[in-house]
Amino acid sequence: MTLAEMQFILPDLRPAAAELFVLAMSCVILFVDIVVKDTRRTALFALTQLTLLGAAFVTWSGLSGEVSYTFSNTYVHDLLSDVLKLMLYLTVMVVLVYARPYVIARPLLGRGEFYSLTLFATLGMMVMISANHFLTIYLGLELLSLSLYAMVALDRDSPKAAEAAMKYLVLGALASGLLLYGMSMIYGAVGSLEIGEVAERINAGVANHTILVFGLVFLIAGLAFKLGLVPFHMWIPDVYHGAPTPVALLIGSAPKLAAFAIVIRMLGNGLIVLSHDWQLMLMLMAVLSIAIGNIAAIAQHNLKRMLAYSAISHMGFMVLALACGVVEGDPRYALNAYSSAMFYVVVYVLSTAGTFGMILLLARSGFEADSLEDYKGLNKRNPWYAAILMMLMFSMAGIPFFVGFFAKFSVLQSVVAAGYLWLAIFAVLMSLIGAFYYLRVVKLMYFDAPTDDTPIHTPFEVKALISVNGLAVAVLGIFPDLLMWFCLLAIRLSLAVLG
Amino acid sequence: MLTLSHYLILAAILFAIGIVGIFLNRKNLIVLLMSIELVLLAVNTNFVAFSRFMNDVDGQVFVFFILVVAAAEVAIGLAILVVLFRNLRTVHVDDLDQLKG
Repeated sequence: MTLAEMQFILPDLRPAAAELFVLAMSCVILFVDIVVKDTRRTALFALTQLTLLGAAFVTWSGLSGEVSYTFSNTYVHDLLSDVLKLMLYLTVMVVLVYARPYVIARPLLGRGEFYSLTLFATLGMMVMISANHFLTIYLGLELLSLSLYAMVALDRDSPKAAEAAMKYLVLGALASGLLLYGMSMIYGAVGSLEIGEVAERINAGVANHTILVFGLVFLIAGLAFKLGLVPFHMWIPDVYHGAPTPVALLIGSAPKLAAFAIVIRMLGNGLIVLSHDWQLMLMLMAVLSIAIGNIAAIAQHNLKRMLAYSAISHMGFMVLALACGVVEGDPRYALNAYSSAMFYVVVYVLSTAGTFGMILLLARSGFEADSLEDYKGLNKRNPWYAAILMMLMFSMAGIPFFVGFFAKFSVLQSVVAAGYLWLAIFAVLMSLIGAFYYLRVVKLMYFDAPTDDTPIHTPFEVKALISVNGLAVAVLGIFPDLLMWFCLLAIRLSLAVLG
Repeated sequence: MLTLSHYLILAAILFAIGIVGIFLNRKNLIVLLMSIELVLLAVNTNFVAFSRFMNDVDGQVFVFFILVVAAAEVAIGLAILVVLFRNLRTVHVDDLDQLKG
């Protein structure tokens, strides 16, 4: 069905129930913010968390392996969307708990807008995760991006934040422009904007191949901008560095899940027939990202900036798996490759949330704790926090038996299975270089004398949550099977090429 | 007679001017916002041209959404520009150099 045939009958709202709930509650929260005078915004915080819990409940009760479409096929509900959305709610809830003491200490950040914009961004990510049409992908992406631009600039007295917001806005808008130009070319070649329909028409051979590949190049460039792959990565370090830490935490974690969803739906579902063309582009960008991300991270003195380069290299790893799904037109390896990419992104979000959470935990009024120097002798100040940060660093570096190791291992397995042994060797070598800067943080914590003896005050819930987060990285490393199984199932039940 | 390729070439030129404007402009930030707008308008031209020549209205519906989102984007962009100006007292691209490394 095309948009023109859309009739004004009430569409089936059940597949989008969670989105509608979050939308309604975001508006309620905007209103409550006017009425409530509490400077700590406790009511808003509680309402936001309840909204996410409620959305999780709605998604959980609608959990099924069946694929259903609504809003004239622009919207899809399947296991992939359910699993990613549940992860998304969890991540945003964790982000808000970590951010709470930080935003209370800074009046400019701790306003009601922080909570409502977070929810609008969450809504945008939910729309991206469930999008089945280029229009819904675009709208979800912009809802997310526009909320994030505003959140970066929320700390309006900080010149750094303003600069980061401007750079983010300009490059984000450029990325949207590239993405849209690609979409318009694909629309011109295929005559449809709906992902399933695009795949069918390309299969039927009605598409103009030249225009299609021309559009694909722009589409990939736009997606690479959003994922932060080299050579489209310039904005990531500046935004992570300049943005207030809770916002950097939000930007660095949850949107990766949504970006994974749109990449897998557009490339893995809609344009799988062109896999020969896009896999090569992705592979090239993955190689560059892993190399430049890991090498540039060594030179950083700011932990947030270091994590930004680490994000670039991790996204390179994730994309490496996506580039190995189809071998010579045969999608035999796609299931393993795509589910290992999904596993990788989920694990990455988990460990990033913990690491940024640790920066937030050590920060206090007038002190950001974002320089590597600030971590000297953390073991002497608080051994438990040092241990948690060590586990997170080990997991990010991919040291065995932490979950990051299994994520890297499963990606490498699918790379080798697809016959790119040299790529796997290259990725391992680069990870070894990468391990250096993660281990440097561990060295600073354990072997250097502390420069700062201020006691660390942390509310109980943050202390408990960061402990769970750190332990999860270790425990999932011992039992990665359940999460892996979920990823496999979600990919298998949701991708047309595997059905 | 205007054919589809005329429109596509026009859109490609607009798109290229927009992209070049973003990368070569070293002076005013407002010019950057104008370049972004130009990129989006090029996309709109593309969509309308394809939509018209394929007799499929979807592309034109998409254009409305792009226009609305672009308006919201510029509103936020100008707001950030005001914040930036209050902090730095300048809107020159070259003065955005605090974040490095």
